Amino acid sequence: MDWQIIIDSLPQYAGGIRTTLVLLAISLASSLVLAVPLAVARVSPSWWLSRSVWLYTYVLRGTPLLVQLFIIYHGLAQFEAVRESAAWVLLKNAWFCAWLAFTLNSTAYTTEIFAGALKATPVGEIEAARAYGLGGFKLYSRVLLPGALRRALPQYSNEVIGLMHATAIASTVTLVDITRVARDVNANHLLVTESFGVAAVIYFVLTFSLVGVFRLLERRFLRHLRPQVDLPQAVPAAA
Amino acid sequence: MIRRYALASLLIASFAVPQAGLAQAPEWSKIRIGVEANYPPFSQMSPDGKFSGFDIDIASAICAHIKADCTMVSQEWDGMMPALNAKKFDLIVASMSITEDRKKSADFSDSYYDIPSTWIGKTGSFSQVTPAALKGKKIIVTRNTPRARFLQENFKDSEILQVAKEAEVTMELAAGRGDIGFGSSLAATAAFLKSPQGTGYSRLGAPVMLGGAAQGGGVGIAMRKGEDALRTKVNVALKAITANGVYKTINDKYFDVNIRGE
Amino acid sequence: MLHGYLPAILEGLVLTLKVSATSLAIACVFGLLGAMAKLSKSRAARWIAEVYTTLIRGLPELVLMLLIFYGGQIGINKLADAQGWGYIDIPPFAAGVMTVGFIFGAYLTETFRGAILAVPRGQAEAGLAFALTPGQVMRRIVLPQMVRHAIPGFANNWLIMIKASALVSLIGLDDMVHRAGLAAATTREPFTFYMAVALIYLTLTSISIFLLSRVEARYSLGVRTVQF
Repeated sequence: MDWQIIIDSLPQYAGGIRTTLVLLAISLASSLVLAVPLAVARVSPSWWLSRSVWLYTYVLRGTPLLVQLFIIYHGLAQFEAVRESAAWVLLKNAWFCAWLAFTLNSTAYTTEIFAGALKATPVGEIEAARAYGLGGFKLYSRVLLPGALRRALPQYSNEVIGLMHATAIASTVTLVDITRVARDVNANHLLVTESFGVAAVIYFVLTFSLVGVFRLLERRFLRHLRPQVDLPQAVPAAA
Repeated sequence: MIRRYALASLLIASFAVPQAGLAQAPEWSKIRIGVEANYPPFSQMSPDGKFSGFDIDIASAICAHIKADCTMVSQEWDGMMPALNAKKFDLIVASMSITEDRKKSADFSDSYYDIPSTWIGKTGSFSQVTPAALKGKKIIVTRNTPRARFLQENFKDSEILQVAKEAEVTMELAAGRGDIGFGSSLAATAAFLKSPQGTGYSRLGAPVMLGGAAQGGGVGIAMRKGEDALRTKVNVALKAITANGVYKTINDKYFDVNIRGE
Repeated sequence: MLHGYLPAILEGLVLTLKVSATSLAIACVFGLLGAMAKLSKSRAARWIAEVYTTLIRGLPELVLMLLIFYGGQIGINKLADAQGWGYIDIPPFAAGVMTVGFIFGAYLTETFRGAILAVPRGQAEAGLAFALTPGQVMRRIVLPQMVRHAIPGFANNWLIMIKASALVSLIGLDDMVHRAGLAAATTREPFTFYMAVALIYLTLTSISIFLLSRVEARYSLGVRTVQF
């Protein structure tokens, strides 16, 4: 086990970790913001609205992320029209392409998760809300969405961890993330443990940190589902 | 009970899948050769799935001389050395330059061609190609190559965009993701500059010779460390095809100049 | 439209399907073994299975593939050298398939474990009361009923596996995505080829979803659902 190589490559790994986390953060933020209105549209009674969103999620969930990334990064650059357009300033950049691909893909999965959670709303809640005259925006923002987002938390945590794992794919389009650093170290020194082993340890730590964060979130937001403790004793326990 | 069945099927599967081959006898009658298939005109794949190109022809010629049964295995440039090490193939004939760094991980045959590297960019974009002129500019180069090392050492003020394979240098350049590319002179010529995407681009500045054959560099055939018998065979074959004109025929098929480099 | 590269891409499709199907078979083996281990009385077995699933699910598939593919190969080579077995030729297909199968075995372990637990305990107890051996109980009573509960998770994993098989192009297997890349580089039309590949994947997932819903319906015959 060549520790010297590991120590020498640590600065590169630090840069890689930064890239991975930034990519994860920006993709997560945008996909969360997009998924909420899309989920509302997905469960809307309007057939057109619901089906359009369904088509989007179906296509994005039915094709591999790698292929989606290649289409955006390599594919769009093929067209003269794209290269002349105003959007090119953005599409030229590997970061933008990766962010776009991850956002589109993650939004699709998150939309389905939130839509499922919305559909699982107890019928009584909606009835009660309508009885109070709540409708439209207020209905969603005060009653439906808070409940749905809470319900979706466990599955959403899986999606976030999946997104963090998916950022490894960004290593295929010149972004220097953890996986790219590991592949370079492997290509230059041909040492699998020192390269991919280190990357594995780093990803492991990141994964479990995320799991921990979500446990805390669940403790806060799903407190009402935890088993009740410290009930007052009906009969005082015998000493 | 199910555990027994599962274990049994697993054991059977594990025996059925890998074929325990005989130790590669010193005769080397069967050789697998790693090729990139993505680096015209040295190596490319045609629509029907057949490989063609300078590297492919040289490899076939060497095999014919050694009288070995050769299979070409296409491999991403990114994982070329690790795949050799993992015994996915026995030789790499993929325009791999001989460098001191690479010699630590693999053995090389004698150099079989040597060409300079060239700068390539929009015609007239840089009148001079010096570190000063390229300060702050983005240079595209293939990662983990002597060209990349050259740039990292000499062009410290420029931004270096490292791509996974040589074909992507011109692809990213055409896409406008860099200001100038630093690649292999002949691959850049034949494939890119002649293509529709290559109009408006040309070679800039003077060709740069990095570690030529005379200094122990050039482009060679890589093999695992210690495979001396194979190395001798390949070197003998290389000398033979150079002497008997087979090399020249292959050279002239693809290039106007002699690229043997000695 | 595809400049004559369609046969090459379809050849890649055949490989993609072979990889996915074989990996699924191997993943089922690992999954069943893992589920049994997790539910066994032996603490060592539970511990090994726990490590297996935690490790695999805590790492990106790409990194796992690279790690197992290169590391496993080198490990086997070292083992072969040490034992004097000469050189064991592991074809890239076998290596790739074992890797993907091993990885998805961990996900299937959880699916199968959940499914086995979903079968009411009374079924197994009744079987034992009729003097069936534990093995017979498992084989004839629990497993057939387990299949129905496992199908949603199994279907999910199959769909993920088809898409993850796109990653084997990055460990050097000559699959559809790799072929598309080569064609794209030669013709300089990446959009055309990657879109074609995306369409083929979409077709694959659509067919899979349809077939799996038929299988689920078949296995759910006779199951009573709530009537409102």
